[in-house]
Amino acid sequence: MENVKIRSRVNGKDIESEVEPRKLLVHYIREDLGLTGTHVGCDTSNCGACTVLVDGKAVKSCTMLAVQANGREITTIEGLSRQGKLHPIQEAFLEKHGLQCGYCTSGMIMTSFWLLRKNRNPTEEEIRKNLSGNLCRCTGYQSIVDSITYASKLMKADETEKEGIMVEQ
Amino acid sequence: MNPSSFEYFAPKRIEEAFDILAKYDGEAKILAGGQSLIPLLKLRLTSIPYVVDISRIEELSYIRESHNELHIGALTTIDDIENSASIRGKYPIIFDAASNIADPLVRNRGTVGGNISHGDPSNDMPAVMLALGAKFTIASARGDRVADADGFFIDTFTTALKYGEILREITIPGRGTHEAGCYMKNKKTAGDFSVAGIAVQIRFNNSGTIEKAGIGMTSVNPKPIRAIKAENYLKGKKVGDSVVREASRLVVSESNPSTDFYGTVEFKKQVLAKIAEDAIYMATDRAEEN
Ligand code: FES
Ligand code: FES
Repeated sequence: MENVKIRSRVNGKDIESEVEPRKLLVHYIREDLGLTGTHVGCDTSNCGACTVLVDGKAVKSCTMLAVQANGREITTIEGLSRQGKLHPIQEAFLEKHGLQCGYCTSGMIMTSFWLLRKNRNPTEEEIRKNLSGNLCRCTGYQSIVDSITYASKLMKADETEKEGIMVEQ
Repeated sequence: MNPSSFEYFAPKRIEEAFDILAKYDGEAKILAGGQSLIPLLKLRLTSIPYVVDISRIEELSYIRESHNELHIGALTTIDDIENSASIRGKYPIIFDAASNIADPLVRNRGTVGGNISHGDPSNDMPAVMLALGAKFTIASARGDRVADADGFFIDTFTTALKYGEILREITIPGRGTHEAGCYMKNKKTAGDFSVAGIAVQIRFNNSGTIEKAGIGMTSVNPKPIRAIKAENYLKGKKVGDSVVREASRLVVSESNPSTDFYGTVEFKKQVLAKIAEDAIYMATDRAEEN
């Protein structure tokens, strides 16, 4: 089958590639782009280990073709940190022991990143509902939920700090 | 696993899609959100030589109200439906179903048109559309035609859509003054298919008698079906425990579940009886509040 040219913006960088139409987005991300922070857990659309953002929405990259990402913006776990500084959600997972083996973690973080963008102050129930497409076989979820709650506080603190700087300027 | 090889097309206009479908007479398949088709391709339960990805046809994604009707473009994502204030306010039955389909990640890509045209008896939107008496606009190179939701579902994975046709729009009839609905389903784990699901839409007249009832069922028959006996029974009744119990009994009598991974026939019927009662109470409560 003929390869198809795709152009997308991955973690803020414009990238052009040629892919086979049948190639899954997750394989494109991991194998072609070398961004192995996105995992394959179940490969049957259940576990969410493969979660990335496409045009700002969290999706299962094992259930999408790379060609479908043509012209779209993709954010993976590698795109969250800034100048070597962890994103507040990543910090929160560290702090609150939101991971054990870590296999599910990048998916958990990407799904929560999507949630916290539209809802700065989620309740525990909203956090849990939002994670219903992400499975964890280690933690029992409680520490993940705690991490996300903590992340929302860190992000708020971050914002107030930024606002403070803006006021000073 | 990887799907087997295919050629890929991503038309931006619906007319282009018709041309591609015509060119590969009978061999091309439509891809929308891909949340059912891609898993099938990956498991190689199906293989398709030509994939027509219609998800870039922007004119097929909208939610608008006009002439007291609700119009939903077939490519509207389940997430967009879940977040539509007008749907949540006026058609809680659609909101209930949308907000419980699979999980949020799947809802971000899955489309309402895909949920309907896949013809899967365990998909939730078909039952909702049956209960609401929705109409489907079906587009093809020959022009548009309109089909009732009732009669659209022919068998498991088979609908009235013919090769070359694309579901364009779902039209929901205007809502009466004392009218509302609800969708309920029972599932074992998050994101799983349901054991049973039921959609109920109820309209009262001014004196508190049921004027119209629409009921659709999920996962309890080889195809999505209405519970017509229960609908007719409810007409002209006032709501009370014995009426609801009898309606629920009729719903179960019209179901035809089979024993599988999700439970035995007996178990599924018990689950259906329970959610039918709950859903009728919920729908009537909401309708009375309107
Ligand atoms: S690997 Fe994609 S959902 Fe599990
Ligand atoms: S930390 Fe091991 S699967 Fe979640």
